[in-house]
Amino acid sequence: MDFQVVVLAGGMSKNLVPLVSKEVPTALLPVANRPVISYVLEHLEQNNLKDLIVVVEGKDAALLVGGWISSAYVDRLHVEVAAVPEDVGTAGAIRAIAHHLTAEDILVVSGDLVSDVPPGAVAAAHRRHGAVVTAMLCSAPVSGPLESGSVGGKDKIKRPGRYDIIGLDPTKQFLLYIATGGEIEKGTRIQKSILRPAGLVEIRSDLMDAHMYAFKRSVLQDVLDRKDAFQSLKQDVLPYLVRSQLHSEALPKGAPLVEENGNEKVSTQNNQAMVSRILANASTPSFHESYELGPNGSASVRRTHKCGAYIASNSKYCVRLNSIQAFMDINRDVIGEANHLSGYSFSAHNNIIHPSAELGSKTTVGPHCMLGEGSQMGDKCSVKRSVIGRHCRIGSNVKIVNSVVMNHVTIADGCSIQGSVICSNVQLQERVSLRDCQVGAGFVVTAGSEYKGESLARKEK
Amino acid sequence: MEPRRTSRTVSDPKVRQVGFFTSQHHHHHHHHLPERSFSEPPLPDPFHTSTSTSSAPVTDVSPSGNLLSPVMILPSRHHSDNLHRLSHRATSPTASFSYFARAVVVRENDDSLLSPGRRGIAVKSPSSVVAASSFPKEKAGGASVEVQNDRPAKSKPLKQKTSKAERRATQEAQRAAKAAAKAFFNLLLKLAVDLYSLAEGSKTSAAVPGPVNSANTKTAKSPKSPSQKNDAVSVAAAEKKAGDRQLEKDRKKDVPHPRMQYDDQSRVEKAKRRAVVKQTEARNRVELFRHLPQYEHGTQLPDLESKFFQLDPMHPAVYKVGLQYLSGDICGGNARCIAMLQAFQETIRSYSTPPEKSLVRDLTAKISSYVSFLNECRPLSISMGNAIRFLKSTIAKLPLSMSESEAKATLQADIDRFINEKIILADNVIVKHAVTKIRDGDVLLTYGASSAVEMVLLHAHELGKQFRVVVVDSRPKLEGQLLLRRLVGRGLGCTYTHINAVSYIMHEVTRVFLGASSILSNGTVYSRVGTACVAMAAHAFGVPVLVCCEAYKFHERVQLDSICFNELGDPDAISKVHGREEINYLDGSTNSENLQLLNLTYDATPSDYVSIVITDYGMVPPTSVPVIVREYRKEHLWI
Repeated sequence: MDFQVVVLAGGMSKNLVPLVSKEVPTALLPVANRPVISYVLEHLEQNNLKDLIVVVEGKDAALLVGGWISSAYVDRLHVEVAAVPEDVGTAGAIRAIAHHLTAEDILVVSGDLVSDVPPGAVAAAHRRHGAVVTAMLCSAPVSGPLESGSVGGKDKIKRPGRYDIIGLDPTKQFLLYIATGGEIEKGTRIQKSILRPAGLVEIRSDLMDAHMYAFKRSVLQDVLDRKDAFQSLKQDVLPYLVRSQLHSEALPKGAPLVEENGNEKVSTQNNQAMVSRILANASTPSFHESYELGPNGSASVRRTHKCGAYIASNSKYCVRLNSIQAFMDINRDVIGEANHLSGYSFSAHNNIIHPSAELGSKTTVGPHCMLGEGSQMGDKCSVKRSVIGRHCRIGSNVKIVNSVVMNHVTIADGCSIQGSVICSNVQLQERVSLRDCQVGAGFVVTAGSEYKGESLARKEK
Repeated sequence: MEPRRTSRTVSDPKVRQVGFFTSQHHHHHHHHLPERSFSEPPLPDPFHTSTSTSSAPVTDVSPSGNLLSPVMILPSRHHSDNLHRLSHRATSPTASFSYFARAVVVRENDDSLLSPGRRGIAVKSPSSVVAASSFPKEKAGGASVEVQNDRPAKSKPLKQKTSKAERRATQEAQRAAKAAAKAFFNLLLKLAVDLYSLAEGSKTSAAVPGPVNSANTKTAKSPKSPSQKNDAVSVAAAEKKAGDRQLEKDRKKDVPHPRMQYDDQSRVEKAKRRAVVKQTEARNRVELFRHLPQYEHGTQLPDLESKFFQLDPMHPAVYKVGLQYLSGDICGGNARCIAMLQAFQETIRSYSTPPEKSLVRDLTAKISSYVSFLNECRPLSISMGNAIRFLKSTIAKLPLSMSESEAKATLQADIDRFINEKIILADNVIVKHAVTKIRDGDVLLTYGASSAVEMVLLHAHELGKQFRVVVVDSRPKLEGQLLLRRLVGRGLGCTYTHINAVSYIMHEVTRVFLGASSILSNGTVYSRVGTACVAMAAHAFGVPVLVCCEAYKFHERVQLDSICFNELGDPDAISKVHGREEINYLDGSTNSENLQLLNLTYDATPSDYVSIVITDYGMVPPTSVPVIVREYRKEHLWI
């Protein structure tokens, strides 16, 4: 279908410290014991997209991600892993791999997207409208644990639930305005020049840009070439394209029409003009075309391009792993509500316990839980709505609720863990109580300590 | 096929016996012979009809019939034979008690002219499809479609001794058949038309040899006089016997309809499995229109969209056009046709023949698959069907020696030529003709948004003619508004009204200009639903109705109503009023079993209401459409 797929796997997201580290870049963070990037890759694979370019920030991270991908997908996918310098941003990443891009359209997917929205739908909407860019929008996640009765942490300080401010045309097919929620302090301006032709702009704050874009390659590269300062696709390129859609500089729209016919007669050009007019008249015009025509219906020199939007239906799951909260949400959902994403088969109790895992007597593992390979649990433990990784050693009388425990974690007797993330190789000594904490890799929590809402990590040397 | 044949050979009294025939049959047969010898010169001796298939009179001997019995030979379905026989029937006394109706459709083409065997009798009639209900008409022999009256299956030749009970049964059967023959007349026509377009379909798509094809070609292929060997005349014979349900059923199984009848469960199931576009059928369909496809519109687009990357064999250009059809981004006959042709051009540009395949065959198959995809997205219009036929015949006619790149260039140029000549130039010619019909002070009424009419109006305005336009529109598409916007933008004085008010506005109108999706052989104008209403109103008010239609949209099909071929739109479009949420009277009851929503897309305007058809061949009365269809086909590339 003449699409190229670029997966932006990022590097080490600052939002996710202390979960990420040099050894574990964002792309490899485990979600239900699988690196998060595997969700994207498998989703693409299911949609028959097997030639991918994965862009990773940082050489070391690229090696790690590339190593993992080649070991997991060696015979299934054709993946090219490209390393770009850190902090070039998403736009910079595309710029760096621009010479690899040859197809007519480019599908850019964020590597931290956990979703079951078919990318084909975005691509199809893009093609149908002949848009310059089509962004996938999904409903903004309701952050925080949903129906977690046992979590008392209602007083948690959360980021305001504002993601993006998105303006749509009445048909909900075109983007008229987009701004990242964080940027907007008090008020925002919407250009009159767009508002007038569109007639009506629907401003939505319940939608989120899912960071899956279809770009017209020529336009994307043109914009990246001209605007050196653009760093991010989402914050610079997309708003720029949306802003300039009615006075397009990006796309020489008439270019394919004005093919050099050289010695051909003028009549053929007339014919072509007529053909395009018939085609244009027959289609229901979007406001772009009406605007292009101008007020008196005469062909004018106004050039426009379209910025499409594909709104994923509410029944689809679509969340980005870009914060610790999102990390916990995704882990919970993937083994809970959205368990079709995980690719595991669930037991009758609605949980996944690896056959090699050992459970002590009177230990209960509730529904929506996952217990990885080779993990051992002592007696009288209780696990609810949590993911426990591989080869963990968990003592007796341990309570784990709403938490994520990664691999090779040692938890001594009598610990209580609620709403926390325990990274790999962490040691929790006896009677540790953790609530809403993140414990970085390799950290040792001393016996009897109690933490609430803290981020524990080893000091970087 | 075979079992049916067997049963027919046994039961059908019409079975002609050649060679050793009994006396009564002999007499019956006797009548044929002079006729035949007249039509087929090489017949050596009329009374010694030989059993061998090589001799001329046995052109109609089907091999299967021959296999079944050396002496009993099925009546032929070959058109020429039918023509002869029916002209004979009309004169012979045996015809007087025949109620078995047979509809025959004959396609003529240039090749038929070359056949000397036919020349004697096959008078080229201006109408390629004519329904003749009375014998005298048949006698004229000029009609290429005739309803042949034959004896019913059960009735026996008079001379045969029959018991009382048998006679009564015969009489009853005849009476029933008589009544049925009349009642089925319309149905038969439809059937004939069906089969006709089927025969045509099976001919054009070389990839799919349908059973009917084999049924017909069986006779066609059988050895015959060399002149007829290459005769591409396709004959579809539809027979319908009152009370012969079993046969009917068998036939249904054998014959794939060109347009699937969507009330046929098993076929629909089968088609669904093949379909690319997932189609959920609408539940509450109007009984009369069950044979037309109707789907839940909401589900198709998302499904097709999500499959974007799975459809590998589909070319992106075709896919895009399909999406645009499905979502209604492109509508209008010319635009759809151009979009499709351009997509095909694109596919040909990027086409390369796979190894060990020939371009002619492989590309035809490819195009066929694209066409079926587009058909799933939205049923093809007649104009598109003609364009596809043109393209396929162009591909088929490529010389084998031509290199791939040359062939591709030729095809692309041909498509360009088709668009330019048949659509653009045709429109220009139409505009030139139509403008002469616009005088100063005229009030012109148009309905919907026809591209040809729009050009006419704009051109007349450019010429400085003083006239006013009434744009009549209808829900739910409201295409007229787009036309109105463009007209007003150019400075034309316009009145806009909905079709409800057409009888009022017609008082002041002096001319009605209409567009058409297609014009059929009997002059019926097939166009956006509502056109018939406008035309009839104009007729009632004595306002001339001028239909602007490019000749490539003409079709040799005959259609008397808008039921058998039509397109069903999204029923939601009429149940909901866009932009007025407060009008929700049907909310909740749209799923009710008692409610059936009908959103028809086309209707058929009888030729009586059309004053003139303005086409690229000039201004002609609607009755001359078949002439153009015939001449056009002869003169141009498409068969």
